[in-house]
Amino acid sequence: MSGIPHDHYEPKSGSEKWLHRRLPVVSLLYDTLMIPTPKNLNWMWFWGVVLFFALMLQIVTGIVLAMHYTPHVDMTFASLEHIMRDVNGGHFLRYLHSNGASLFFVAVYLHIFRGLYYGSYKSPREVTWIIGILIYLAMMATAFMGYVLPWGQMSFWGATVITGLFGAIPWIGDSIQTWLLGGPAVGNATLNRFFSLHYLLPFVILGLSIVHVWAFHSTGNNNPTGVEVRRGSREEADKDTLPFWPYFVMKDLFALGVVMIVFFAIVGFMPNYLGHPDNYLIADPMVTPAHIVPEWYFLPFYAILRAFDGDVWLVMLTNWLTFGVVDAKFFGVIAMFGSIIVMAMVPWLDTSSVRSGRYRPMFKWAFIGLCIDFMVLMWAGAMPAEGIYTTVALIGSTYWFGYFLILLPVLGVIEKPLPQPATIEEDFKAHYGDTGAASANPAE
Amino acid sequence: MSHAEDHDGSRRDFLYYAAAGAGVVTAGAVVWPLVNQMNPSADVQALSSILVDISSIVEGQQVTVKYLGKPVFIRLRTQADIDLARSIPLDDLRDNNSRNPNKPGEATDQNRTMDEEGRWLVMIGVCTHLGCIPIGNVSGDFGGWFCPCHGSHYDSAGRIRKGPAPENMYIPVASFVDETTVKLG
Repeated sequence: MSGIPHDHYEPKSGSEKWLHRRLPVVSLLYDTLMIPTPKNLNWMWFWGVVLFFALMLQIVTGIVLAMHYTPHVDMTFASLEHIMRDVNGGHFLRYLHSNGASLFFVAVYLHIFRGLYYGSYKSPREVTWIIGILIYLAMMATAFMGYVLPWGQMSFWGATVITGLFGAIPWIGDSIQTWLLGGPAVGNATLNRFFSLHYLLPFVILGLSIVHVWAFHSTGNNNPTGVEVRRGSREEADKDTLPFWPYFVMKDLFALGVVMIVFFAIVGFMPNYLGHPDNYLIADPMVTPAHIVPEWYFLPFYAILRAFDGDVWLVMLTNWLTFGVVDAKFFGVIAMFGSIIVMAMVPWLDTSSVRSGRYRPMFKWAFIGLCIDFMVLMWAGAMPAEGIYTTVALIGSTYWFGYFLILLPVLGVIEKPLPQPATIEEDFKAHYGDTGAASANPAE
Repeated sequence: MSHAEDHDGSRRDFLYYAAAGAGVVTAGAVVWPLVNQMNPSADVQALSSILVDISSIVEGQQVTVKYLGKPVFIRLRTQADIDLARSIPLDDLRDNNSRNPNKPGEATDQNRTMDEEGRWLVMIGVCTHLGCIPIGNVSGDFGGWFCPCHGSHYDSAGRIRKGPAPENMYIPVASFVDETTVKLG
């Protein structure tokens, strides 16, 4: 795989040869684990392993939680209390699962922003990027439906608001919303299907993750320089890379251990910090909580949804141009989904031939702006939809779209990039010197 | 494949199209029930109508009843509510549709209320933005309802005036059975 010259699996014993002729599964695992990996990968490259861990954590804790959960509007809330009070270790499993979602999103955002900075989305890794965005969308759907399952007030009203997004689609929106809910409002039918799909989607994510890994194993990893691994000869490739096992596995496991210390501190000592107290009230279709907020990981996109009200000139212009079909409500929905679509389109929006942000002096500032923008939007999304907050959200949304649709295409043309190292080896030596490179050489 | 050179392949072409057509129909027949099962089931669809006793509602009070899984506001409006709603020119409204199946037409105050005097306002208490329940009892900037979720303001006739919601709050099919009873549906 990956076109980088490296060792391949050779079956040695008789039984290995017997199996290899019938099913080359050991070979597949060997080539996957021994993949030549650029040796200059920095600490931002360990989030993939954290993500894999988070997915496994969610699947395992989710399966056991489902053994004690009852998806019915009259019994769900009580079954949650049953899990929290009566099931052996149930509260811990549930806290692992609910905070595991936050771990998953922390890791995915850092993983995505690492890709955005180092140009991991650029040719030839577009397919890896697109599949990654699909995984992210599946994660959002899974997390949203999972949040409905406890049947608290935030569950119910979150479900109402989010399915209401589909109701904004002109002409067919109401039918789609009714179809999604299975009735005129969120009810038992909604709860049951969300439970079914919440159980299904993680396995879809697992399948997509395998394709994601397959895709970047075919192209080879990107790295902080954005310079490709030399593939001309085995000697050159060995100077640029180290096998994933054991070098990067050990490094990633160390990083995972550090992340786990923080994660378990939160699960153990402040398990409700990231949640919302209103979700400990049973769902009441007759009372909306005073302040509906989604979980933290949806806040930036929630802010974009709310930013565009009928007083924004772009909304008024669009409304006029489409003869009223695209109103403020639909515009907000388009903006929210559009903010993720522009991120998916980034391989074609970024015109620069230089991959890594390290060698792009102007891009670097634009990217820092995007990181700040993401945090500002997250803050604005948590605030009430009034006064200064909608203005802040509007400015934040403008920068988000401006970054992808204007800055990235224009910077590639006007920017003068810094010189890039010729090879990964050269960059590695500049950082660690010859000795560091020698001691990490697998040939020893 | 000498048959490929045979331009007299109309029988074979027919078989291809017939097989492909049958495949498409079969796929549709498989997919449709799987899609349709998610639509409202018969018990959910069985629309019922309910009778609401309004004799105990006093002026300026709003009673909320649950109808089809959604809250319905029944408000006996004060004279101040009525005067405020009727003083607003229709040009100021964002949505000039009464959204009232009982009285279709322009969103005048008369077309929103049950009676001509405009004392009884019965409407589905669901914000037309994303479905939250607005707060009543003279809330918001226009003396009516305010949706806490995304900041939509409705006036004292439940008409949208400000914020992201596109439409006036909907009026359900409703009628007076007698002086003290309203029938919904």
